[in-house]
Amino acid sequence: MTETSDDVLALRAARLYYDESKTQDEIGDLLGITRWKAGRLLALARDSGIVSISIVDSTSEADVHAVDGILATERSRAHGVTDSTSLRAFVHGLPAVDAIGLEERAARLATRSIKNDSKRAALDTIIRLIDLTTLEGADTEGKVRSLVQKALLPDPADPTAPRVAAVCVYPDMVRHAIAALGTRVGDGVTGIAVASVATAFPSGRSTLEVKIADTRYAVAQGATEIDMVIDRGAFLSGDLDTVFNEIVAIRRACERADGTRAHLKVIFETGELRTYDNIKRASWLAILAGADFIKTSTGKVQPAATLPVTVLMLEVVRDWFVLTGERIGVKPAGGIRQSKDAIRYLVAVAEVAGEEWIHPHLFRFGASSLLNDVLLQRQKMTTGHYSGPDYVTVD
Amino acid sequence: MSFRNYAPAPESTAILNLRKSYGLYIGGEWVDGHGGSMTTISPATEMPIAEISLADSSDIDRAVSAARTSYDTVWSRMSGSERGKYLFRIARLLQERAREFAVAETLDNGKPIRETRDIDIPLVAAWFFHYAGWADKLDYAGLGVNPRSLGVAGQIIPWNFPLLMLAWKVAPALAAGNTVVLKPAETTPLTALLFVEICEQAGLPAGVVNIVPGLGEVAGKALVEHTGINKIAFTGSTAVGRQIARTLAGTDTRLTLELGGKGANIVFDDAAVDEAIEGIITGIFFNQGHVCCAGSRLLVQENIHDEIVEKLTRRLATLRLGDPLDKNTDIGAINSKEQLERITAISATGEAEGAHRWTLDCPVPDKGFWFRPTVFTNVSTSNTVARDEIFGPVLSVLTFRTPDEAIAKANNTPYGLSAGIWTQNASRMLRVADQLRAGVIWANTFNQFDPTSPFGGFKESGFGREGGRHGLSAYLATGGAR
Repeated sequence: MTETSDDVLALRAARLYYDESKTQDEIGDLLGITRWKAGRLLALARDSGIVSISIVDSTSEADVHAVDGILATERSRAHGVTDSTSLRAFVHGLPAVDAIGLEERAARLATRSIKNDSKRAALDTIIRLIDLTTLEGADTEGKVRSLVQKALLPDPADPTAPRVAAVCVYPDMVRHAIAALGTRVGDGVTGIAVASVATAFPSGRSTLEVKIADTRYAVAQGATEIDMVIDRGAFLSGDLDTVFNEIVAIRRACERADGTRAHLKVIFETGELRTYDNIKRASWLAILAGADFIKTSTGKVQPAATLPVTVLMLEVVRDWFVLTGERIGVKPAGGIRQSKDAIRYLVAVAEVAGEEWIHPHLFRFGASSLLNDVLLQRQKMTTGHYSGPDYVTVD
Repeated sequence: MSFRNYAPAPESTAILNLRKSYGLYIGGEWVDGHGGSMTTISPATEMPIAEISLADSSDIDRAVSAARTSYDTVWSRMSGSERGKYLFRIARLLQERAREFAVAETLDNGKPIRETRDIDIPLVAAWFFHYAGWADKLDYAGLGVNPRSLGVAGQIIPWNFPLLMLAWKVAPALAAGNTVVLKPAETTPLTALLFVEICEQAGLPAGVVNIVPGLGEVAGKALVEHTGINKIAFTGSTAVGRQIARTLAGTDTRLTLELGGKGANIVFDDAAVDEAIEGIITGIFFNQGHVCCAGSRLLVQENIHDEIVEKLTRRLATLRLGDPLDKNTDIGAINSKEQLERITAISATGEAEGAHRWTLDCPVPDKGFWFRPTVFTNVSTSNTVARDEIFGPVLSVLTFRTPDEAIAKANNTPYGLSAGIWTQNASRMLRVADQLRAGVIWANTFNQFDPTSPFGGFKESGFGREGGRHGLSAYLATGGAR
C-alpha cells in the first residue's frame, strides 16, 4: 500500500466532513485512521486553504431581502413614499417632459456667448469641477499615479491653474490614488476627493451582495465618493422597488466605522433609460432613496451626457430644493470633451438650478480629455495665441 | 464675481455700410420723396441711424405706375421658372448677408440680435426659398386651372418684424407673378431699404419691387386709395384695418388683412410644466411682446395656478434686458416712444382695475425705450389688460376649472389670431383645438413660424392667409376670375 500524503487525506477528510456531514469518528473508520488524526487533517485543510470558511453577518442586508416593498427613507417618508404603491404613484405622478420643448430650452441656453473675463473665470471654474477619470481595464498603479499628479498640478507651466475636484477610478485602484494623494485627499474643496465607481460598474448586472461588497471594499480602501449605477433592467421592467432598495443599501454600505459616510452619486445611464420621462422619474427616485448626487452616465454607453438631459436633472434638483431647502448635486459624465461644451453646461447650471450649484459639492464634470482642452483655452487667453496638444501633458 | 454677469458680447455694427440718407426706390431708381423726411433712430439708444425721405401721394402714383409698367412689359410675361430663379437668387443673397441684415434689423427695431440672427433673418430666407419653389408650379397648387397673377399689389407692413413681414408679402406676390409697391413702417424702414440692394444684386427687373417709406395717413392712405392697385395686403392694427376695409368696400381691389390679437395660451394641469413655462415666456416675451399672435392671455388651470406663477416668475428673473446687439440679451427695447407710452398707460389701467402687478426687477438703460417684463395675476376677464391688445411684454394670467371653461374664455375676445394648448393628453389637445376660434393654434409650443404653414386670423384679427399654398392663393386669380 502506497503511503497517501496528508494533503490528499486532508482533502478527502474535508469532503466527508463538510459535504457529507460525517463525524470525525466516521471519517476515521472510512479512511482507516484514528479520529484524532481525522481532526488534525481537518485543521490542516482549513489552515492550508483547502477549506475556506466565511462568516456572513447578514443582519444589515437581511432587511433588503426581507422586505416586500421598499426601504422607506427619511426623505421618501417626508413625501409620502412609504411603500411600493406610493413610490410608483409618486414617480408616475410627476409632470411629463416635452422632449421638443426641453431640447429647445437646452439649445437656447447653448447660444449664450461667454467672452473675456467671463470665459476666463468659467475655464477655471470648470477645472475645479472636474472629476478626472480613468476607468479602463488597462488601468494600473502607474496610470493612476499619473492621473493624480495631473489632478494636483494640471498645468506644470502655469501653477495658477486650479486643482480638479476629484479623481475617479475603479475600486481596486483606490488605494493607489490614496497613496499618491497622501494628505491631499479632501472633499473636492479641501483637497482632492477620491471617487470610486462601484456596484458592478458599468452594467450593474450582479447580485446585491456583490454590489454591497464592491462598495464596502472601495470605501474601506479610502474612497470618499462612490459612483454607483442603478439597475436599469429593473427600472425598465417597472421594478422600481429594486432600484430604490439598492440605492438605500449602497448608501448604507457607504458608511464608515467612524460614523462618517462616503458621498453617493447615483448613475442612471441615461443612454439606456432613453426617454426624458424615465430620466426625470429616475432622478426623483434616486433623490428619495438618498442620493447625494445624480449622475447621467458611465461613459461606456452612447449617448452619454447631453445638455438636454443635464438641464432636466438640474430642473429636478431645483424643484427638490424649492420643496425641501436641500441641494442635491448633478454630474454629467461622458462625452464632454471641449471647453465650449463645458461652458454651456455651466450656463445651464447657473440659469436652471442657480449659481449656488456652481460648486464642487454640487456640480461635477465626469471627464478625462476635457481638462486638456480647458488648459489649452486657458493658455490661449493668457498668451493670446493657441499653442497645441504638445503644450499640455498626456497622462 | 457672479457667473451670470456675463461679460458684454456685442455684435459689431462695423459690418453695416449704411448711407446717411435714403430715398424712395421706384422703377429701379432712388428718388427723393415729396412727403418730407424723417430720421429713423435706434430705439435702444435714441441715436439717429439715417435720414429717410417720405412719399406723398404723387410718389405713390409714380411707384404704382412703375410697378404697372414692369408688370405689363416684363414680369407677367416671364415664365414661372424664370421668376423662380430671381426668387432663389434673392433667398441665397439674403442668407449670404444674413449677419448684416440681423444687425440692421436689431439696430432699427430694438429687438435682440439673438432673435434677428436665429429667427427673423433665417425665416426671411426660408420664405423666399419656399415661394421660389412655387413659382413654376402654380398650375399644380390645387388652385384650379391656369391661375393668373392679379397685377400690382400694394403692401403695407408693420414695425414688429420689418424684414420678415416684407418677405411674407413680397415672396408670394412675386412668385405668383405680381409686382409690388411696399410701404414699410414709419419707425422701421431700414431693412426694406437694404433689401433694395438684394434686389439689385439679384438683377431683378426694375419696377418689380418698389419701396416707398412714408407716413401711414399719407403714403399708406394714398396706396390704399390708388385705383391702379389690384390687391392690398396689410398687416397692422385692427383700427387701420377697418379703415382700409371701408375704403376698399365696393371696389374690385382684393384685400387681405392681418390685424391684432389677444391670444390665449391655455395650460392644463397635465402639461409638461417646465416646457410650458418656456412656452409661456416665448408666447409673450418674444420680441418684447410686439407680436400680433402673442400669447398675451395665460389661461391656467386653477389647481396649478400658484405653481405656474411661482415657476414663471422664478424663470423670468433669469431674463436679460438690455443692449439688443449683445448676444446674451433676451429682452430688447420697445420699438418707439409712442408704443412705450401705450404699454405704460394700459398697464397702469390694469393695476387700477385691481390686477396684481409683478415686474421684473432689473436695471434699465438710461437712454432708449424700455419696459420691464410684467405679469398681471388676479386678472378678471373684464380687466382692460385681459381684453385689449397691449403689444408689449405684459402677460395677464387668468384661471379656468374645466376644458369647456377654458375654451369659452379663450374664445371670449373680438380677436381670433392665435392660441396655445399645453397638455400631454392628445385627445384633449385635439378636442380643444377644434373648438378654439383662432387662425393659428400651437400645441405644446408657441410662436413657431414656417413658410409652409398658413397664418391668419378669425373675427377681428383679419382675413386671408399668408404662408404656404394658402398664401399663394391670395395673390392669384383662379377659375377665370381676374
